[in-house]
Amino acid sequence: MINLTINGLDVSVEEGATILEAARFLGFPIPTLCHREGLSPAGACRLCVVEIGQGQNAKLVSSCTYPAEEGLNVRTASVRVIKARKMILELLLASCPQSKKIQDLASAYQIRQQRFKQEYDDCILCGLCVRMCEEQMMAKAIGFRGRGENRSIGTPFDVQSDVCRFCGGCMYICPACQLRCTYSEPEKAICGGCANLSPPCIEKEQYDDMMCYMKPCVACEIVKDK
Amino acid sequence: MENNNLMTLLEKTDMAKGRLISVLEKIQTMYGYLPEDVLRTLSDKTGHSLVDIYGVATFYRAFSLKPRGKHLVLVCLGTACHVRGARKIAEEFQQLLGINAGETTPDKEFTIETVNCLGACALGPTVVVDGHYFSHVTVKKVRGIINKTLEGLDTIDIKTDKRIFPVKVCCSVCRQSLLDSSYLIDGYPSIHLNRAYNGKRGWFRLSSLYGSFNSASEFEISPDSLYSLYCPHCKKELLEVSQCPECNAPMASMLIKNECTIEVCTRSGCRGHMMNLNQINITE
Ligand code: FES
Ligand code: FES
Repeated sequence: MINLTINGLDVSVEEGATILEAARFLGFPIPTLCHREGLSPAGACRLCVVEIGQGQNAKLVSSCTYPAEEGLNVRTASVRVIKARKMILELLLASCPQSKKIQDLASAYQIRQQRFKQEYDDCILCGLCVRMCEEQMMAKAIGFRGRGENRSIGTPFDVQSDVCRFCGGCMYICPACQLRCTYSEPEKAICGGCANLSPPCIEKEQYDDMMCYMKPCVACEIVKDK
Repeated sequence: MENNNLMTLLEKTDMAKGRLISVLEKIQTMYGYLPEDVLRTLSDKTGHSLVDIYGVATFYRAFSLKPRGKHLVLVCLGTACHVRGARKIAEEFQQLLGINAGETTPDKEFTIETVNCLGACALGPTVVVDGHYFSHVTVKKVRGIINKTLEGLDTIDIKTDKRIFPVKVCCSVCRQSLLDSSYLIDGYPSIHLNRAYNGKRGWFRLSSLYGSFNSASEFEISPDSLYSLYCPHCKKELLEVSQCPECNAPMASMLIKNECTIEVCTRSGCRGHMMNLNQINITE
């Protein structure tokens, strides 16, 4: 067993557990976006930052990937952590303002206005769908391609993958566009903080194809002719 | 037939985890790019999923999924080159060749690609064509670079190339000069040696220009075989001190100015050579 302190409380967890797991065990909330039980942690969104170390050596780490260490002193909601988290959320919101999940998170962190240009990207590259496809569906139909600003998720050569079984797992897990899954009842998808009453991803035509690697799509049955 | 090549390649290489990049490199040297069907076969045969292969192939700039031209022009747009006007140079290349960066000319001669730093910032703006570095490139020099590429970059211009200079060598045993002004190579006195191979002996002459690989010999020997070199004056074998950095064969050493040594590989066909300046007496 490993003993560590989280927000001043002592806790012992099994070896191999992450800070996130330890904090959740104690009931400290840490927001996550790219972390899902049953999928390997990726540390892609950085939303789960916590502060570890003392004084000069204090640093921010992503709790979903950082293993609990003996004697670690973790702060899950210090001023620095909240500041960093808010910035991350603001940036996420700028790249994907149509995501209900990100909107909710942002509103929970009192983000009421946006300083950055809204990009309406259809992907935040959290990699949940990639891991879902590989680890739960055992398919490996989609993956990361390119790098830097050209990084994207999709099938090899952009043609329909022959290992895809149309399970829809990638869409189900996508945090950028759960609205797609409530497509038939848009009114139910009212978001919180920004008082945005209509789900923007349905209104905007460009989101027709959003994050959907299935052809034809079995969930929304939008027929796309490409 | 193409896939046969791939098969032999795959048989020869051990596809353990972590070997993907080197296999992709080999495929790229084989075809000049990474063809889709080859990658699919690779995935079938090796068990690497296509997603992973495609991910790696698109991650590295060195890999190309589109056929490239015969000559690859890399224009550096990294910070250091950028501030010295690399953008203009890239534009000039694009205009003269009539293609955009990332494209290949219709005659399949040139492909232009831009890169972000080649690690030679002090020489910037830097352009690399088929592995040959051009430094301090200006817009005016671009046409010359293209012409030179078409002529062939590997031919060394002995008169203008500053990397080439004559060396005066002598035997490391008897210290007599090995230069023979009665037999010129590259317009300079040749280095006169005797060569023995398989019981045969004959003269062997090397260009005395450092950087030129021209040579002449009384009898030819088959490539890849080891020979020994002797001084024509004292008839002693040239001392073998080091191993060739390229092929590990023993190297024969000669002296320059009695102070530093120059060594050449004793394997036929190998260009391994080195100059050892360690013994130079600076106060001299
Ligand atoms: S949840 Fe930890 S980085 Fe995304
Ligand atoms: S920036 Fe061009 S070589 Fe470094």
